[in-house]
Amino acid sequence: MTMRVFGSGIRRREDPRLITGRASYTDDIKLQGMAHAAILRSPYAHARIRSVDTSGVEGQPGVLAVFTGEDTDGVLNGIPCAWLIPESDLKTPDHPAIAKDRVRYVGDAVAVVVAESRYEAEDALERIEVDYEPLEVVVSPREAAQDGAPQIHDDVPNNVAFTWALAGGDTDEAFSNADVTVGDTIMLQRLIANAMEPRSAIAQWVGPTGDLTLWSTSQNPHIARFLTSVVTGVPEHKVRVIAPEVGGGFGSKIPYYPDEAVTAFCSMKLGIPVKWTETRSEDYQITTQGRDHVEEVEMAATSDGKITGLRTTVYAGLGAYLSTASPGIPTILHGLMYSGPYDIPNISGTIYGVFNNGAPVDAYRGAGRPEATMLIERLVDLLAAKLDVDPVEVRRKNFIPAFEDGHDVATGITYDSGDYNATLDICLDAADYASLRARQADARKEGRHVGIGVGTYVEICGLGPSQVAGAVGFQGGLWESAIVRFHPTGKVNVMVGSSPHGQGEETTFAQIVAGEVGVDVDDVEVIHGDTDITPMGWGTYGSRTTAVSGAAVAVATRKIKEKSKALAAHLLEAAAEDIEYEGGRFFVRGSPDQHKTIQDIALMANVAWDMPEGMEPGLEASAFYDPPNFTYPFGAHLAVVEVDAQTGHVELQQYYAVDDCGVQINPMIVEGQVHGGVVQGAGPALWEGAVYDDDGQLLTGSMLDYALPRADLLPEIEVLSNTTPSPHHPLGVKGIGEAGTIASTAAVYNAVMDALRPLGVSGVDMPLTPEKVWRAINQSQNGG
Amino acid sequence: MKVPVEMTINGRSYCGEVEPRQLLVHFIREEAGLTGTKVGCDTSQCGSCTVRLDGIGVKSCTALTVQADGSSITTIEGLSDGVELHPLQEAFWNKHGLQCGFCTPGMILAAAELLRTNPSPTRDEIRHGLEGNICRCTGYQNIVLAVEEAAGKMGGS
Ligand code: FES
Ligand code: FES
Repeated sequence: MTMRVFGSGIRRREDPRLITGRASYTDDIKLQGMAHAAILRSPYAHARIRSVDTSGVEGQPGVLAVFTGEDTDGVLNGIPCAWLIPESDLKTPDHPAIAKDRVRYVGDAVAVVVAESRYEAEDALERIEVDYEPLEVVVSPREAAQDGAPQIHDDVPNNVAFTWALAGGDTDEAFSNADVTVGDTIMLQRLIANAMEPRSAIAQWVGPTGDLTLWSTSQNPHIARFLTSVVTGVPEHKVRVIAPEVGGGFGSKIPYYPDEAVTAFCSMKLGIPVKWTETRSEDYQITTQGRDHVEEVEMAATSDGKITGLRTTVYAGLGAYLSTASPGIPTILHGLMYSGPYDIPNISGTIYGVFNNGAPVDAYRGAGRPEATMLIERLVDLLAAKLDVDPVEVRRKNFIPAFEDGHDVATGITYDSGDYNATLDICLDAADYASLRARQADARKEGRHVGIGVGTYVEICGLGPSQVAGAVGFQGGLWESAIVRFHPTGKVNVMVGSSPHGQGEETTFAQIVAGEVGVDVDDVEVIHGDTDITPMGWGTYGSRTTAVSGAAVAVATRKIKEKSKALAAHLLEAAAEDIEYEGGRFFVRGSPDQHKTIQDIALMANVAWDMPEGMEPGLEASAFYDPPNFTYPFGAHLAVVEVDAQTGHVELQQYYAVDDCGVQINPMIVEGQVHGGVVQGAGPALWEGAVYDDDGQLLTGSMLDYALPRADLLPEIEVLSNTTPSPHHPLGVKGIGEAGTIASTAAVYNAVMDALRPLGVSGVDMPLTPEKVWRAINQSQNGG
Repeated sequence: MKVPVEMTINGRSYCGEVEPRQLLVHFIREEAGLTGTKVGCDTSQCGSCTVRLDGIGVKSCTALTVQADGSSITTIEGLSDGVELHPLQEAFWNKHGLQCGFCTPGMILAAAELLRTNPSPTRDEIRHGLEGNICRCTGYQNIVLAVEEAAGKMGGS
């Protein structure tokens, strides 16, 4: 029975505490004597600070302290960027935790008040007087890069933080020889992650010992420990970071923020624990956002639809400062993915990373890959329209044929394995594509506008080989480690360095251990999120946790199995070569009665009464797993929409998702990841977008104004899959966390354009709100 | 300045002196220490703070503590009897109706309110009934299935 546990959709082991309200998220934690911090934030998107007067705060009820940039200057180091992409002339302007002379986005920190309660701290903020001299503002990344645009950092001319170029083949030649070309300017609007748990930090400084503990809503506590050490100067071994229950992140809890540093500063100044928790409105202003691309793109092809070239110029908005990983997102995780599932011999791109007066931009679910998939899939559909062939046919014509172990693409990377026709076939079958098209034709006769959109993709995850990480400027490794510890009773603790926050790895990792050595899943407890208890890890993002951390768990468990075999041989007085394993039992070949269970072995190894010569006691193993390559999941999604031409309203009616994430450990969890991912990608196609006005004021500053997907707006998603194992992974796993988001924006967008094409509309900027769609229809009908 | 209040939460009595402006959700979390109820927004949009107040599901960030004086409240911690899970809890577990779990207490209480007023909702009615609660992880699909399963077990059809 236990053997089947690997690969089955068992209920999650993390759920009992979550469904009963017994889980502790950061803001749920209350320490003895804890005070509360609230941060004063700039109401201007760009201004010089003439003065900050905090005298009105003194003596206010409950107030313990107030600090400004003058206090943190020289005490806290700048907030660092940790992805320094090479050969890009990258500029890394100073990012102070609290602004001293100048603010650069609405939400930039200007002062902090610590008080006995959150209410009192917020009251006191209102009594701080700041004299600002407003400066000119620029919001669009493309405009920010032009001559004469307002300068956000004095030492960054034209606001261009980096220029990163990519070239494979000869794109210019491909375009001059092309039978047809298509092009577009695609705006990928800023998105707000909206993890349902607002960010929070509690810092506890113990002066006499020099220990700093930070509870933090982090996706990567070990990175947070390192960066806390860098910013506060507390040595790394005296910093403990705990990511308790974390309520979603989607990338926005990767970065190290000024707020954590400021909270630590306050605790260190006052010698008491201090908590800071953002409000949702604060989250909208300060938590890193996603996308913000202006993509000028074109594709070259032959008259029979073979793609010969792809060329892009991308302006990627970075916000006011570099965030932890931001330079790597529109470059390594975006440009290198321009081939998608297609064989495109000539690819080039120039990507400008541009400062603009908004919240910093960093990884957001899919991080770079939805932006790449969107442009490729949009161009493929434009090409199909131009050649007047079915968009599915253009895809089939250009797909890389199935391969099991390595395929090089023009951007210089090597996909691990793929079968792109297979996922597309499954998708079209499930959707009954031919009848969908027939239904669409019938609807058109009735004057209704049904659209069918396909999004196929390849993504890069399982990040990644550390040597490559170093080569592309990531200031860390990308391996993972795990400790698997068998107790005398045969029960198991697994300690991992990754830090899941909703993805269910407490369950899948237990399934891995169960699958490898035949213990019951319920006998395995997975521990993560505390740098004092868990081994080193680089965190949970980029769909890497099951792929990389899970591999470490598998490798460590295999070491346990090897040792168990040797100990069983000794105890059964047989030669190690004669010991076989099946279903949790080690037995002498040919006599299954002569056996030891894994539990027997755990007991004997732990008491160590009778160990073979030279064997250490205990049954514990650790593994450090550095992947030999990235993994490349892929799939095909299809959306059906109907547009009401009178109102511009788009109804998402049907959705099919077919993903190949390699071997699945828990299909129920895989499916859940796809559901959530698809909705997070459909959101920006139809509803979501952060809007800043020309003054840099965030117009979508609350959940009232930012249109998050709600249950009643969505159809049921049909989820199917195929399995093409990763050839280089110990379990054949690839990763699934971001797939849905990567495919669905393009699928839904293409569906709406498919519906609008007979009306003469060929492009509308996302999100495709009724107003924009209605205007586009009207304009084209009026000959515009 | 401070006002005395008293209320019953999950069958236990809590009293305190609170500022008149204090939100009920803060009393529940800070004074009663019942942190299962979450705060996900500051505009009454997300539903993470949903509790049962005198038998009716409400967003506890939309009420002041003083308005709840004398009332009886059930939070996620008190939904089951401590031995058996409530059918909604069980169904959320069975159907993978949660990922990070942050929206879950509010979602379960909102679903309980939906089933109180409509014991056998269709999937469509479930989706409409939960439109005041935001989940960023699940895409809602398994939440809908969970509520459907619970409705069946609780005697709806
Ligand atoms: S916290 Fe009450 S609705 Fe969001
Ligand atoms: S489970 Fe994470 S927000 Fe719903």
